[in-house]
Amino acid sequence: MTQTTDAPAKTRAQISQKTLRTDPWWRSPGITAVLLAIWVIYATVHVFIGHYYWVPQYHYLTPFYSPCVSGECVPGSSSLGVWIGSLPPIIPYAFVSLPFVLGFRLSCYYYRRAYYRAFWRAPAACAVREPHAKYTGETRFPLLGQNLHRYFFWAAVLVGILLTYDVAQAFRGPNGNFGLGLGTLIMLANVILVWGYTLGCHSCRHITAGRLNNFSKHPVRYWIWTRVSWLNARHMQFAWASLGTLMLTDLYIWLVAAGVFNDPRIFN
Amino acid sequence: MAYQAALRVWRGDHGQGDLTPYTVEVNEGEVVLDVLHRLQASQANDLAIRWNCKAGKCGSCSMEINGRPRLACMTRMSTFAEDEVLTITPLRTFPVIRDLVTDVSFNYAKARQIPSFTPDPSVGLGEFRMQQVDVQRSQEFRKCIECYLCQNVCHVIRDHPENERPFAGPRFLMRIAELEMHPADTADRRDIAQDDFGLGYCNITKCCTEVCPEHIKITDNALIPMKERVAGRKYDPVVWLGSKISRRPRSAGTPKVPGKQT
Repeated sequence: MTQTTDAPAKTRAQISQKTLRTDPWWRSPGITAVLLAIWVIYATVHVFIGHYYWVPQYHYLTPFYSPCVSGECVPGSSSLGVWIGSLPPIIPYAFVSLPFVLGFRLSCYYYRRAYYRAFWRAPAACAVREPHAKYTGETRFPLLGQNLHRYFFWAAVLVGILLTYDVAQAFRGPNGNFGLGLGTLIMLANVILVWGYTLGCHSCRHITAGRLNNFSKHPVRYWIWTRVSWLNARHMQFAWASLGTLMLTDLYIWLVAAGVFNDPRIFN
Repeated sequence: MAYQAALRVWRGDHGQGDLTPYTVEVNEGEVVLDVLHRLQASQANDLAIRWNCKAGKCGSCSMEINGRPRLACMTRMSTFAEDEVLTITPLRTFPVIRDLVTDVSFNYAKARQIPSFTPDPSVGLGEFRMQQVDVQRSQEFRKCIECYLCQNVCHVIRDHPENERPFAGPRFLMRIAELEMHPADTADRRDIAQDDFGLGYCNITKCCTEVCPEHIKITDNALIPMKERVAGRKYDPVVWLGSKISRRPRSAGTPKVPGKQT
């Protein structure tokens, strides 16, 4: 009678090192963490300062205060009117838009990748062991809420329309006629990049035609999908560029409103 | 110019082993697999390596080179400095059979669990017609050579073996997306993608896309579109309300997962 023995249990290669990567894998999440932290600290400081957000001569309103709906807003800066008399200091003037803009970026598929890697280190880089003992991903509250990204997208579209209106206002000079300054161009570049980021969103890609299985029956939606897909392929670049121009636009308007320097005018 | 490369190769079986140092000749134009074959022929005749096509099309020679999941046949030695020590280990997510050969049967088991293509039974053989734009998304996923580098690098199972049961891995979530987007497939796979194959575990950190030797945009073109479809099916209150008041058509039935106990 032939004797058989059970095959020994197979296990993974027992390698104790967290990673055997020799390239500087820590650089990218490190840079991401620093840049996001700088941006968040800067934005938090300025939205609560409550000053230097409006340049009345040239109709420049910083995106961090748009729409300014508090009764405490500087006259002329409330493009949507005054909704409430006054606000406690812990509530920013643009409380109508900021939670949605923040929610849009926080639930964005690109930023999720960025902050999961940079802050949560799940994982910090590919093939680098993560430090957590347990992992459930986006299967439970609160991360299950990332599935609401599509609603933040629609809110971001409304905010984008508002920022576009603000840029249109910035094309007015001191006398109310057409005018153009460096601030106008910065605001214009910002809103273009914000639209590039917003319309390249994965939810937008899904809504336009990604959810369809028969592109050939919906040629217009398919064409829009191809345009959105072009933007989507550059979503990371638009995400960072628009984050940078939001900060630059705000800082520029802050400095001009504070009188640090005058806005160089190209016309009127 | 030929030079002598320093290698550390993981040798062992059943998970137990260590990194063994070797010095092997390297000639111009060679890839890592060439050097491993020279090592096998000249110094370590019992070194186990799985390989087949040497052209990046069979997906057999998956391993980790300096900690990065790669195909040995597609990794040129010229991408490393001549004085660099190369550390070569088996795929870390799968059990070791011997040396650099791993048991990837986990993937075959997951593949069997996916409900197969389900065409409309009323459409006869040879009657179905579709246009290129309708299948081009699925065709991208068909480029997969099943090297399982994406499965290996995915931290959901790489760092948490306990997730091997609820999570199918990017390769098979991509397969579900391929069928879900197929114009002739009538099954609704959104529920099972989330409930049975663990799409929610994916946190879209894109390592699967980074390591794919076929450059398939797994995350952007398969996993995220699938997440959006699942969100529409399970988590969108407006879609839910629309289905309740019959303003949206009812979706097709959800196929059963083979072998799933109910």
